[in-house]
Amino acid sequence: MPAKKTSAASKPTAPPARELLFGDLWEYDPAPESAPAFIDDRYPLFIGGEFTAPKSKRYFDSLSPRDESRLTRIADGGKADVDAAYAAATKAFPGWSAMPGAERGKYLFRIARLLQDRAREFAVAETLDGGKPIRESRDFDVPMAAAHFFYHAGWADKLAYLAPGRVPRPLGVAGQVIPWNFPLLMLAWKIAPALAAGNTVVLKPAETTSVTAMKFATILRDAELPPGVVNLVSGGRETGAAVVTHPGAAKVAFTGSTGVGKWIQHALAGTGRRLTLELGGKAANIIFDDAPLDQAVEGVINGIFFNQGHVCCAGSRLLVQESVAETVVRKLEIRMRSLRTGDPLDKNTDVGAINSQGQLEKIRELVRAGIDEGARIHQPACKLPERGWYFPPTLFSGVTMSQRVAREEIFGPVLSILTFRTPAEAVEKANNTAYGLSAGVWTDKGSRVFKIASELKAGVVWANTYNKFDPASPFGGYRESGFGREGGRKGMLEYLSLEAP
Amino acid sequence: MSLKITKTPKCYVGGAFIRSESGRVAPMRDAGGGFVANLPRCSRKDLRNAVEAAAGAGPGWAGRSGYNRGQILYRLAEMMESRAIELADSVAITGEAEDGRAEREVRAAIDRVVHFAGWTDKYEAVLGSVNPVAGRYFNFTVHEPMGVVGVIAPDDAPLLGLLTLLLPAITGGNTVVALASEAAPYPAILLGEMLAVSDIPGGVVNLLTGGRGELLPAFAKHRHIRALAAAASAGESATLGQGASESVKRVVARDPGADWFSDRFDSPYAIGDLLEAKTVWHPVGA
Repeated sequence: MPAKKTSAASKPTAPPARELLFGDLWEYDPAPESAPAFIDDRYPLFIGGEFTAPKSKRYFDSLSPRDESRLTRIADGGKADVDAAYAAATKAFPGWSAMPGAERGKYLFRIARLLQDRAREFAVAETLDGGKPIRESRDFDVPMAAAHFFYHAGWADKLAYLAPGRVPRPLGVAGQVIPWNFPLLMLAWKIAPALAAGNTVVLKPAETTSVTAMKFATILRDAELPPGVVNLVSGGRETGAAVVTHPGAAKVAFTGSTGVGKWIQHALAGTGRRLTLELGGKAANIIFDDAPLDQAVEGVINGIFFNQGHVCCAGSRLLVQESVAETVVRKLEIRMRSLRTGDPLDKNTDVGAINSQGQLEKIRELVRAGIDEGARIHQPACKLPERGWYFPPTLFSGVTMSQRVAREEIFGPVLSILTFRTPAEAVEKANNTAYGLSAGVWTDKGSRVFKIASELKAGVVWANTYNKFDPASPFGGYRESGFGREGGRKGMLEYLSLEAP
Repeated sequence: MSLKITKTPKCYVGGAFIRSESGRVAPMRDAGGGFVANLPRCSRKDLRNAVEAAAGAGPGWAGRSGYNRGQILYRLAEMMESRAIELADSVAITGEAEDGRAEREVRAAIDRVVHFAGWTDKYEAVLGSVNPVAGRYFNFTVHEPMGVVGVIAPDDAPLLGLLTLLLPAITGGNTVVALASEAAPYPAILLGEMLAVSDIPGGVVNLLTGGRGELLPAFAKHRHIRALAAAASAGESATLGQGASESVKRVVARDPGADWFSDRFDSPYAIGDLLEAKTVWHPVGA
């Protein structure tokens, strides 16, 4: 009896699943989310528990990426405003840090609950302000922000269990600057652990996405959080520089680009202030030939098109084993055709608006570079809205390691596909970057998952999944993706000093 | 009367004893000002060579089990114990310290080596975690070495201070390039001889002597050095931090005037400062 052939090539191939192509046969009906967002005409600063007009007397327009309309006006905090915020936070610190942890925790629990109560309102505001699909702000950003407050609330009276053999002490005032890609969620990541640990906060939201941060001030007010414990100073680059370099800060936490992160590290050198940086990434998502390909394709799509690719841990480099590369690219192309790009307020939208004109220009420039450098571009035919900032989901195949689309963070819905032959080559290519935030690996073989996961130089590794987050799960990068972790026990320790008993 | 054979002090790099490639030396004098020996004045090129040796030794050292690293570190304590008197003499040679301080420093140094030898297979149990995420995932955080760590030793307690900064790094699986105290470099020369016979593979610890002012910026800016553990003044910390920012290098700065004898330095959190935390998500399913 002849030996049974086991090679993959000899497997009977199932007929390919039939693809349903409707083309332009039927239009989708619009399905806009209609809940009101209650956005004020303008937002002052929030300092010492009060909405405070900026001493700078300046406001700037906040535009909605979905149609470029003016959404509101945001206060442009100046140096004097940042000073006032630090003064309020410094004044609030002794009382807040001396408060029994259980009481501090109750405030955080309240905040979590109040945010859940107004979740839909915040989701709509987030989408109007930032451009992300309502499906994501409603099902991910806002519930996850509430979850962060709920999780960290429980730590406030359990600090003694964080570090065996050491006594944790709060640091003082934390100066925090957050990015525009997950405005409310990043605020929660920053504020919740800082407060649970007993610190007070001066936070600057991103220039283009300040609305939910300023709305969050009303939640702080309703929760009766003591004045000065959280101070919100909106503004641009100069405001941010004033927040991170302020001598009143005992700790600085920044999420944003690697370039700005380096500037902050340079500015704080020798000051002895604690610093955590969560910076850029160029994550590799690795598909081996034994991976469940449909599942992997779904994960790759989620990995790069989640939030229009405005994600520091986006799986923006796909490394596919050569033997399945053609199949994977074909499947990705088919899957991409059914992504709906358009009005982020529409409940059926998968890919929303690009956050700003500037970011759209940056994406376009890098995509042009990809074409010029010889990569093959794949874009589905899709009608983009006439107003607003949009970019279609894009793949590049035949990418090589030296091309800009394989090296630079695009921060947009653009995936670069490279191939490899051996596991060693996959790891070598994945690690060949200055970044090290996240990575993905797709394979059916358990031992390989563990081996590859241990060899990837990245702070978060998703095995057979991608872009999963949880308040209990530490997040942060290796190398030029920054240092420090957010979430879990490790995240709490970033806001405490450990003293010998 | 037979003339004493004096030793030519050499730096320990890549498992070999080297002079500086620059050919430069600095005379070392005892407390009375008398000539003792010429020490290498290492250059930036020596630093680059040492980093190369440390990088080469990295994967092998990181790949050893905690149990194995622990036994090797304990072996270093054995090697130091048998030459404790000589080590104490080396500490005392340049200083005017009170009686018995050099002996106490050597004792404390050996004890610290033993302390960290015991951490190699335990720190993960203190620092790592299984994270209870809301979903069907097995999620855990483990720690990995950063790679090459630069160590800048203090002048005060030149042996104990050097080891206090160096031990957490190698306990966690990093490899080290260290700059010995400029004022009291001789204990580092002897330590190199003990490292060489301690089963610690060549390249895991590399010890340079030379000028702080000259070498600090080079330590700060070398991109392959992923972290610095430094006894540094505020001004030196600024130099290190500014150079480090070019490649987002981690900087652990300690007060050079710290009480190096304090047992607060016996801590797994010092190991954790020089490790990267990696969180891995595995779906749970059929």
